[in-house]
Amino acid sequence: MLEGRHGNAVKKSMEILVALGEIYGAKRLIPVKTVQISGVSYDNLGDAGLEFLAEMAKDGKVRVPTTLNPAGMDLENWKVLGIPEDFAKKQKMVIDAFAKMGVTTTCTCTPYLVGNRPDVGSHIAWGESSAVTFANSVLGARTNKEGGPSTIAAALTGLTPEYGLHLDENRKPRVLVEVNSELDGIVDFGALGKVVGEATRGKIPLLKGIVHAAEDEMKALSASIVTYNGAPLFHVEGITPERVDEPDEKILVAKSDIEKAISEMNDGVDDVDFVFIGCPHCSIDELKKISELLGGKRAGKEFWIGVARPIKEESDRLGYTKIIEAAGAKFACDTCHVVAPLKGRFKAIATNSAKGVYYGRNKNGFKTYFGTLKECIGMAVK
Amino acid sequence: MMELKGRKICAGKASGEAIVSSEGVSFYGGVDPDTGVVVEKGHPLEGKSIAGKVLVFPQGKGSTVGSYTMYRLKKNGKAPAAIINKECETIVAVGAIISEIPCVDKIDISQIKSGSIAEVDAEKGIVRA
Repeated sequence: MLEGRHGNAVKKSMEILVALGEIYGAKRLIPVKTVQISGVSYDNLGDAGLEFLAEMAKDGKVRVPTTLNPAGMDLENWKVLGIPEDFAKKQKMVIDAFAKMGVTTTCTCTPYLVGNRPDVGSHIAWGESSAVTFANSVLGARTNKEGGPSTIAAALTGLTPEYGLHLDENRKPRVLVEVNSELDGIVDFGALGKVVGEATRGKIPLLKGIVHAAEDEMKALSASIVTYNGAPLFHVEGITPERVDEPDEKILVAKSDIEKAISEMNDGVDDVDFVFIGCPHCSIDELKKISELLGGKRAGKEFWIGVARPIKEESDRLGYTKIIEAAGAKFACDTCHVVAPLKGRFKAIATNSAKGVYYGRNKNGFKTYFGTLKECIGMAVK
Repeated sequence: MMELKGRKICAGKASGEAIVSSEGVSFYGGVDPDTGVVVEKGHPLEGKSIAGKVLVFPQGKGSTVGSYTMYRLKKNGKAPAAIINKECETIVAVGAIISEIPCVDKIDISQIKSGSIAEVDAEKGIVRA
């Protein structure tokens, strides 16, 4: 493959993987089961990224099941979301290049909700930090936090260098986090992620004291912890699948720490002009809750719901879509407020996502309101 | 000229005027892809062009999108002629490979002076400066 007998895209891919392997001291390349490609939004790629993809698509074909991160727009309904025509044209060229490589073009940060759900112990090569963290921690699969080109290289060869989180010794927790607070809902779990990420700064934590966590709560925790400088792997005693020993170093998280984090994510705005739910993309359960809370009301604000297209189709069948759209909210399939070209378009965002707060502030320059789904919907219908 | 020995990241030979930064470089947001000028506020190289130079810095930093910025610099004819790092990391390594910029690391970069001529033979991991 390295000599170019399988074409230029494979050769380039192998050069990337070998160089990364050498830098990080990998002994060998190992097969991966699935790939999640990051770097899909044209807002992040620009013309340079697009050119690179077009070049790789000339003779590159994926060798393992591969899905895509969110794009910069809803691939079908982009006009309704106010995406400019020239952006849409470039974004479609990006998706076409991936399609040519044989990638499944469901653009989502929750590939594990739409069929790309690896088993415990599987080696995978994923980009998208929240999905990487969910796969490592909740599913017990094994991946480093890959960048765009290295995920493409893994997809086109079916290989990744064996270093970092692929190896047992690097998955052990280094710090014990005792959580002395009840946690209820994704706002609390998002706040916990911020507290733990900032306190552990890249050290793998073992969390103790969490009695119960729904999958949506683990999804929120995964997204938050890695956004706020945590490692892309955490363990939760009694919940996550890997058995680990308690480390010596210990930190405590109290209810007041969770409350402080929630308050830090609020800029004290009493009104917003944008509401975003679905960072990471909504599960069908979350869509059900939205339809129950929003049914019969009228959203006066721009209100987007980020979701993978197959989940939206399930929602169509279950009747949630009709209720949600009748209330004036818009489905933003394939995309989200983090990767869509929204800088300067809104003043203040309401969201129930701790990750969404970070990117709403830092990428888009929005003021933030961080509250529960019920509170965000309250802002939408205010 | 002295010879420094390091490790190949991306093969190729190049020479040019060395431009040395004591701090890391973030290509995404830190370097203008159309001009090759460093735009990061407060960076030691702020306002200077890296185009056609042998760019010397300890390590890459910032977003992984930086690899694509390097590719864009190359397409625009504004890429550095070669890159010398103390410790190369993913962003710069991948960016150098996809952009075909000769790159070596594990070099004692304190030995290289800005403005001097540096020659890089990346295949052999050798820098002459």
